[in-house]
Amino acid sequence: MVSDTSQILVDTATRLFEEQFTARQRVAAESGQWLDAQWQAVEDMGLPLALVPEEAGGFGLPVVEALDLIRLAGAFAVPLPLAETMLANRILANAGLELPGGPLTLAPVRPDDRLTLARRDGGWLLSGTAHRVPWGRVAATVVLARCEDPCGDAGQDGQSFAALVPAGQADTAPDVNLAKEPRDSLRFETLLPAESVAPSPGIAPAELHALGAAVRSIAMAGALGRVLAMTTAYANERSQFGRPIGKFQAIQQHLAVLAGQAAAARAAGDIAAEAVAQGGSLLPIAAAKLRCGEAAGVAAAIAHQVHGAMGFTHEHSLHFFTKRLWSWRDEFGGDGEWGRLIGREVARAGADGLWPLVTAA
Amino acid sequence: MDLIAFPPPPDTDVEGLRAEVRAFLAEELATRRPQDRSRSWSGFDADFSRRVGQRGWIGMTWPKRYGGHERSALERYVVLEEMLAAGAPVAAHWFADRQSGPLLLKVGTEEQRQAILPRITAGECFFCIGMSEPDSGSDLAAVRTRAVPVDGGFVVNGTKLWTTYAHHADYMILFCRTGSADDRHGGTSQFLVDLKTPGIAIRPIADLAGEHHFNEVVFEDAFLPATALLGQLGDGWNQVVGELAFERSGPERFLSSFTLLVELVRALGPSPSDHAAAAVGRLTAHLLVLRRLSRSVAGMLQMGENPALQASLVKDLGAIFEQEIPDIARQLVDAEPSQQSTRDFSAVLAHTILNVPSFSLRGGTREILRGIIARGLGLR
Repeated sequence: MVSDTSQILVDTATRLFEEQFTARQRVAAESGQWLDAQWQAVEDMGLPLALVPEEAGGFGLPVVEALDLIRLAGAFAVPLPLAETMLANRILANAGLELPGGPLTLAPVRPDDRLTLARRDGGWLLSGTAHRVPWGRVAATVVLARCEDPCGDAGQDGQSFAALVPAGQADTAPDVNLAKEPRDSLRFETLLPAESVAPSPGIAPAELHALGAAVRSIAMAGALGRVLAMTTAYANERSQFGRPIGKFQAIQQHLAVLAGQAAAARAAGDIAAEAVAQGGSLLPIAAAKLRCGEAAGVAAAIAHQVHGAMGFTHEHSLHFFTKRLWSWRDEFGGDGEWGRLIGREVARAGADGLWPLVTAA
Repeated sequence: MDLIAFPPPPDTDVEGLRAEVRAFLAEELATRRPQDRSRSWSGFDADFSRRVGQRGWIGMTWPKRYGGHERSALERYVVLEEMLAAGAPVAAHWFADRQSGPLLLKVGTEEQRQAILPRITAGECFFCIGMSEPDSGSDLAAVRTRAVPVDGGFVVNGTKLWTTYAHHADYMILFCRTGSADDRHGGTSQFLVDLKTPGIAIRPIADLAGEHHFNEVVFEDAFLPATALLGQLGDGWNQVVGELAFERSGPERFLSSFTLLVELVRALGPSPSDHAAAAVGRLTAHLLVLRRLSRSVAGMLQMGENPALQASLVKDLGAIFEQEIPDIARQLVDAEPSQQSTRDFSAVLAHTILNVPSFSLRGGTREILRGIIARGLGLR
């Protein structure tokens, strides 16, 4: 059951997103503008702290309910790093580091990027390149990195550390995803003070990758709910041959398939949220990301088919959602990567271990 | 209502029960071959059903005074899914446990409940469903079989078709016309029909695999006593629609091809190629999500809600999954489908290929389900 606090938060956040994020803001964001006033409004409401435990300055929301805010942000195509900041604050709090406020992002997000930390002059030297970091050009980056020799007495060599890197400290090569959300390459050769780095118990780069997959799944569930609502409304409004196109069985069957994909994605997002709440078990998160990714493709195709040429224009709002879906499904691991991971786990369990694996997930 | 939001399944501790069922099935099915397991819920074994009844796993949620066990819907769900995943022959008791028993509980008279329900839970009384007719498939309200009131009861004439396991069943829940043909919904009723009644002929219909599950059931002046009426006269349509939520959301709506997935994993071995691993991983991901959706509907049924729409979504998604498994399996393993093969994969593939067309027909066709979903979206 959803707690009262959380229902109030969801209602307030919905109102905020409705007021603050219209097509005009989304277009501005696409053109590269940072929506400072909107970010302030989101921050004033405390949303970036939703995943931070109470003792670390959060408001003690159950994790599943906090993650529902990310679904909501997906449903409004909020062009801000809210999910990234929520996760980054959680990682900082987990490592006992101070929460700086303002927009945050995470690195590395690509599984083959390696960042390293080494002791240098009483502080730390962070080195390496992280590709396609969400909002890397505007946000401070929470980096997860292995500590390499010399690690000194800060911890064992090879241990994972969290480090807070202020915005603008990396050599930045800007890029964007299909929805024009910043996805920037950050090259670090950066000295950090001792108090910005701490061991990150339980959250190494692999766990970060899974957490990222979980939040993208949840956001896709939100965007798919919106796409279903928009497409249904359009089918009821748009008339051809003297009646709303939604009265034609061909369109109805399309929309029923879209609804099924949206429902599956929503359930997958719920699975991912619960897995994060229970400590980040990999198999359900992998399944969720893959399932949402597949739903994204099927649903976006149907939504565009039903919207016709109108939905193919930049003026219509559909693309804000479908472009995000086409991007998010391949961020933090695409269907192939997560499918292989699940498939190998199934192979390890063996034919007779498949069902026990399914019921335990 | 947010129709794509399925509430989390109830958080019931079921792992003890699950272990119990697994141990029971490991012993019961020790020698059951994969191709027999792949019959899924079409496998019929009256003795097996009796032993399931003795374990208290039929009518699990029903009141104890009718032989039930007053357990939760999620506990029942665990028993069902374990049986299906293991390929147990559950058909004998399946229909009564799933829908006929719950229907009797809901609208039956005290005498009907007392007489029938304890025998169902004991695994000794089997049911078939008398809905479809030669000219009434998806358009169920077009049924022509008619019960005419006479002294002391009704006389029934007409033909039911596709009646699964009528030849082994003790009773049929008959859906037929009792009023004017113009009153499509209000003119229908349901009856509890003892299949030993004179005037009822049951004839086999072989399916495309040559197997006998279906029947044609012909009523010729069959006399039913007044006590055979189930629920209110003229309430047949509402009652039948209520039954369908139970019929459409269970684990049998996505596990029908599960044995083939198991044999696929076996055939691929411990080190599948990247391509095969990704394909199996994808199917497993779908399975996890379908199971979540289906358990959620079980929870809604337990709360007394009517999740007819959600059940349609589950069944539509589930049938796609069940039907794509053979197409994917045959691309990953080099084998010809053969019912006679001694190679398990080939035999299971053959059986599954020959059965999947029915998965999007039985219990509501894909098109009907999608029509229901479209109505739920406000398009009709």
